[in-house]
Amino acid sequence: MKKFWAVFVARNLEFFRDRSTLIFNLVLPIALIFGFAFAFPGGGGTTYKIGTIGEAPAIGSPMDSAFLHYKYLQFVPYSSLEAPLDRLAHHQIDMVIDFTKGEYYVNESSANGYVLERMLAPSSFGLAVAGPPQGGSAFAKKTVSGAPIRYVDWFIPGVIGINILFGSLSGVGFVIVRYRRNGVLKRFKATPLRAFEFVGAQVMSRFFIVAFISVLIFTGTDLVLHFRMAGSWALLALVNALAILCMIALGLVFASRIKSEEVAGGIMNLITWPMMILSGVFFSLEGTPAAMQAASRAFPITYYIEASRAIMLDGAGLAQIAGDLGALAAMTAVFLAAAAFLFKWE
Amino acid sequence: MSEANAPIAILEVKDLVKSYGKVRAVDGISFAVREGSCFGILGPNGAGKTTAIEVIETIHDPDSGSILYRGEPVSRSFKENIGIQFQDTSLQEFLTVRETLQLFSKLYPSPRPMDEIIAACSLEEFIDRDNRKLSGGQRQRMLLGIALVNDPDLLFLDEPTTGLDPHARRNFWRLIQGIKAQGKTVILTTHYMDEAEFLCDDIIVMDHGHIIESGRPRELLLKHFGEAVIRLPEAAFPTGKAPGQGAALGCPAETEDGFVSLSCSDTDATLRELVSMGVPLGGISVERRNLDDLFLKLTGSGLD
Repeated sequence: MKKFWAVFVARNLEFFRDRSTLIFNLVLPIALIFGFAFAFPGGGGTTYKIGTIGEAPAIGSPMDSAFLHYKYLQFVPYSSLEAPLDRLAHHQIDMVIDFTKGEYYVNESSANGYVLERMLAPSSFGLAVAGPPQGGSAFAKKTVSGAPIRYVDWFIPGVIGINILFGSLSGVGFVIVRYRRNGVLKRFKATPLRAFEFVGAQVMSRFFIVAFISVLIFTGTDLVLHFRMAGSWALLALVNALAILCMIALGLVFASRIKSEEVAGGIMNLITWPMMILSGVFFSLEGTPAAMQAASRAFPITYYIEASRAIMLDGAGLAQIAGDLGALAAMTAVFLAAAAFLFKWE
Repeated sequence: MSEANAPIAILEVKDLVKSYGKVRAVDGISFAVREGSCFGILGPNGAGKTTAIEVIETIHDPDSGSILYRGEPVSRSFKENIGIQFQDTSLQEFLTVRETLQLFSKLYPSPRPMDEIIAACSLEEFIDRDNRKLSGGQRQRMLLGIALVNDPDLLFLDEPTTGLDPHARRNFWRLIQGIKAQGKTVILTTHYMDEAEFLCDDIIVMDHGHIIESGRPRELLLKHFGEAVIRLPEAAFPTGKAPGQGAALGCPAETEDGFVSLSCSDTDATLRELVSMGVPLGGISVERRNLDDLFLKLTGSGLD
């Protein structure tokens, strides 16, 4: 334990005394949050998003409507009403159409919902507020209410996720590769320090640093932006802790053998860019191609963002995010096992 | 010295082999190191000395051969008994010299008191300075301090004075002499022959992974060059007579660049003989050969 603590303390001192790195770690994510908060004070999307339940009418069928084929309308299928109505209440989608019951829902305080409803008017289109033009039963209007969720509320878990991603991968992966290349690892290998003691200290040091920075970013920006928090802080902390461990473990895997910082940089780009694009950091994956959604399931950050948004925006409890927690835990175990198997001092 | 009275070897290396791909960096070397001595491993770049020392330090596994510490095969606890100063090493940054020493101290079960290390390596003047802001000599002293944190019986120093100015080198030599005086055993690799002559009790010379000569420096120089080399202009001897007259003096003679070099085991006697033979002594010089000359003789190439 004495050896572990010595390496842990030394690594923390190295990080916190390196002011340029510390500032970079703090300033970039905070600037990102404020930048998006001012750029997108409301919702971030520009298209209209409509949740659907049941099969839409076939093309050319009596129930078909031009409305269903308009550009810039995105139809997102759901299996039950609960989720899309919740999202409608928070202005994350603009309308819900239930084809099985002949009902549609709008949020009366949503401007987009108002415009969409006008598009459905009988004077313009077939599938209408008053009912289909060629007979058929009328689609009944139903309303929900709720305040909009700002884009920044939706975006904040993504920023924290990116901070965790880069902080962990570069802070453990890059640092160990640098230590290996410049001989720090060789120097430690010449002592009685065991590999697991060294790696354990690096993991815990980085865990502490990333968690500290994440809390600082969140609380610092929250003072000004007052994020929506519908769920449990403890659960959010648990999700964050697991995500940090998972990313650190991933960093350990790619740091286990690489000797060159250039190669490490290339691999880091290979890992981080797809994660940032495909994990729903900047935009929702709802309505994206199935292949893209399937690919996103391979990345730990997807589960982190999903769970964090569910807690913060929807007030999800442990049961609702158990799947995400399970995925993060399983990935952490696999990454740690792979890192332990692959790790070499030199 | 009879075998029964021979000092106990603190370290024995037997038939050590280490290859990298098709290159045999260390090719079956064997030697023993006396406790309390300074043992030098000399050789040019690529001779295999750093590989050999790092295999002995258990940084790398040997392909074959054995390493015995106090008569026993090296085990995990070996690392607790040795100190290492690598040829080239980096440390965790943003730490002071004191914090760096404390970090390494905590990696050992029974570290030496910090004050003793600071005194032994003369670290007082920069003990609270950032470890990146040291001069070459100060950095080497700090690295020596790190190598001493566990109060090791056996200290490995891999080219510890490379790149230092003459003054810093001399200071470092004094530190090593002080460590030797405490009864520690030092294994030293070096490019500098004056360093080996000054510090080492025993040496081996390596080339292409082999040991090509071993022994005490003074004895090796006597064996290969005699006590001294007397250089005289070639014109001092009748044409073509220098080798014969050298042989008559018991001194092998070599002619090069207009000078005749006589390798003599007894300088006084040879000088008297030259005078009695009527050889004019104008332009004479008496030189002592060094280990660089020895290496040149053994391998046909200089140390780089």
